[in-house]
Amino acid sequence: MELLSGGEMIARFLKDEGVEYIYGYPGGAALHIYDALHRQSDVKHILVRHEQAATHMADGYARATGKPGVVLVTSGPGATNTVTGIATAFMDSIPMVVICGQVMSYLIGEDAFQETDMVGVSRPIVKHSFSVKHPSEIPLILKKAFHIANSGRPGPVVVDVPKDMTMPNEKFEYNFPESVSLRSYTPPTKGHSGQIKKAVDLLLAAKRPMIYAGGGVIMGGASEQLTKLAKELGYPVTNTLMGLGGYSATDDQSVGMLGMHGSYEANQAMHHSDLILAIGARFDDRVTNDPDKFCPSAKIIHVDIDPASISKTIRADVPIVGPVIQVLEEMMGLIDDAPTRTNQDAIAGWWKQINEWRQVHGGRYDTSSEKIKPQAAVEACWRATNGDAYVASDVGQHQMFTAQYYKFSKPYRWINSGGLGTMGFGLPAAMGVKMNFPEETVVCVTGEGSIQMNIQELSTCLQYGIPVKILCLNNGSLGMVRQWQDMNYEGRHSNSYMDSLPEFKTLMDAYRHKYVEIRTKDELDAKMEEAFAMTDQLVFINCYVDPEEHVYPMQVPRGSMRDMFLSKTERT
Amino acid sequence: MRHIISVLMENEPGALSRVVGLFSQRNFNIETLNVAPTDDPTLSRLTLTTFGSDQVVEQITKQLNKLIDVVKLVDLTEGQHIEREMMLVKVRASGAQRAEVKRTVDIFRGNIVDMTPSIYTIQVVGESDKLDGFLHALSGMHILEVVRTGVSGIARGEKTLSL
Repeated sequence: MELLSGGEMIARFLKDEGVEYIYGYPGGAALHIYDALHRQSDVKHILVRHEQAATHMADGYARATGKPGVVLVTSGPGATNTVTGIATAFMDSIPMVVICGQVMSYLIGEDAFQETDMVGVSRPIVKHSFSVKHPSEIPLILKKAFHIANSGRPGPVVVDVPKDMTMPNEKFEYNFPESVSLRSYTPPTKGHSGQIKKAVDLLLAAKRPMIYAGGGVIMGGASEQLTKLAKELGYPVTNTLMGLGGYSATDDQSVGMLGMHGSYEANQAMHHSDLILAIGARFDDRVTNDPDKFCPSAKIIHVDIDPASISKTIRADVPIVGPVIQVLEEMMGLIDDAPTRTNQDAIAGWWKQINEWRQVHGGRYDTSSEKIKPQAAVEACWRATNGDAYVASDVGQHQMFTAQYYKFSKPYRWINSGGLGTMGFGLPAAMGVKMNFPEETVVCVTGEGSIQMNIQELSTCLQYGIPVKILCLNNGSLGMVRQWQDMNYEGRHSNSYMDSLPEFKTLMDAYRHKYVEIRTKDELDAKMEEAFAMTDQLVFINCYVDPEEHVYPMQVPRGSMRDMFLSKTERT
Repeated sequence: MRHIISVLMENEPGALSRVVGLFSQRNFNIETLNVAPTDDPTLSRLTLTTFGSDQVVEQITKQLNKLIDVVKLVDLTEGQHIEREMMLVKVRASGAQRAEVKRTVDIFRGNIVDMTPSIYTIQVVGESDKLDGFLHALSGMHILEVVRTGVSGIARGEKTLSL
């Protein structure tokens, strides 16, 4: 029997759970835990410069590995600073455990120093939360937290730990719980076979099918199964923003991303399809456009582990609740054994039509301009990294250009805040990835707006030697805001222009990082290669791009999937 | 349409706030709500009534089921059920009015549970419509205070909501 204090139990549990890195920031209520961490060496703590960044680092790690990221902060401001990061993870179903210090339990409710009701504050943005009432509960509570965060539809879990639960001289028996079961939480392990059979019958009979795959394919580890199914059927695949890389964008059957800034062919094909197989996707408003005009002739098969995602915005004809990997495997088995095959003539005609749509826009942009187009910068980055980097993104035009032009061929490589759209996400997320994949190229694509929202983390990169590459598409304005102002507010650029940017070179000097500047088109590839060649340095690539550029295609508001602007002067 | 949703949940601190919070967070409405521990002290039973289309109520039940503290739930209005609500009404009644109030209470099978020379406190139990009807019947009187428990309900016959 081993006796440990509450603080020691936390450190020990994390080790026993197989956690290598945690990200956080100390403070009064968490000091006993920090002292316990100091007296061991199995779990490494990364000291960030702002708690929000700790959550994004843990989040980046989780998105790249599929395992829960762990955050440790103190009470009050330490805890509230994690709120944006928790909400980011919640919206994108990312597994995360956030351990927050809390004031002494006997002071709770008395407005004590650095007291915040963190369980209350975080309630709408967590999958679940716990408050520790006795030190001996800590191992089981943490086990439950990891189990909930990482099973079913993943999500963030907050564990609130009052300081007196971690007193160094109060020791209790510690046993690592190997497993845990909760009577009120049993995530589905298998889709309904009758429904899967029905889905396969529809799939084999379809004339204009579409496979619409979301982030659930990636977090569900089902990329291989999806690819196998799509290949077997020969049907077109479109990925959501969250699902990029779940099916290779360089494959012939990929029609690219769908939705607001989706490809012309993906949105047209969705609109005209007669059967949609939605897998691990949630018919987000940035995908469907006006739900009343959504894909009028399509029957919908919806596979998701979360029953609440099914028929929430778009009614499913064949709902299937289950893990995507299991459902896809069962579908494959049924297709292999089916007496009928796909309708070859109809599918050939469907591909002919899709290939015609591919010619209409085809991701074109103005390549004759003197200025560097942001699309060209992303393509140059793709070439310089052989299309094989982990790419974390901030939020805005650069995010959409990266989603469109960096052709992801593998899952877990595209790390972006899709649901919440959190500016400031990119740099810390990239850091979380890089620390766990030190041999891989990790780039943060950002803008001069987003990067300043967590730029303090350049200091963390210095402390731990985290050589991420930062590609800043610098257009001197909040590009996406400016685009909407151009389109909807007669070009009145209210507060979307920043006229006092720092000298990024001086800033990088201050943090002892490298700086590369790209001002002309002809130096794009060479400078990009120069930057990526400095593998053991953090390099800030300041790439001056055309501020007038807009992201296209762009769906027309309140239209159907196929209603799109194709450039500043063309629309469907 | 009106639905009565009955929820069996962990009798844990914070469980109720998660349920109530869900309704405001997801823009669902709650008409009535009542909650108390069950014969099993680890479980609470919460009953709420809400109005919404089938699609909205489907989302409500799915989102409630997603809460970790929710063990089981049932939409009682999907089957035959018994629903009850209790109301306490304090009425100023003197002179000839006292007899009229007493008659009304008898018609609605209520009870006078407290009285002073000028005040009756009345208890009425029944479906919500009956309670509304009683208040309507008293509309000529000087009502001082009304308190209602909200609906609680149970399925008829063999069906149970239990572990």
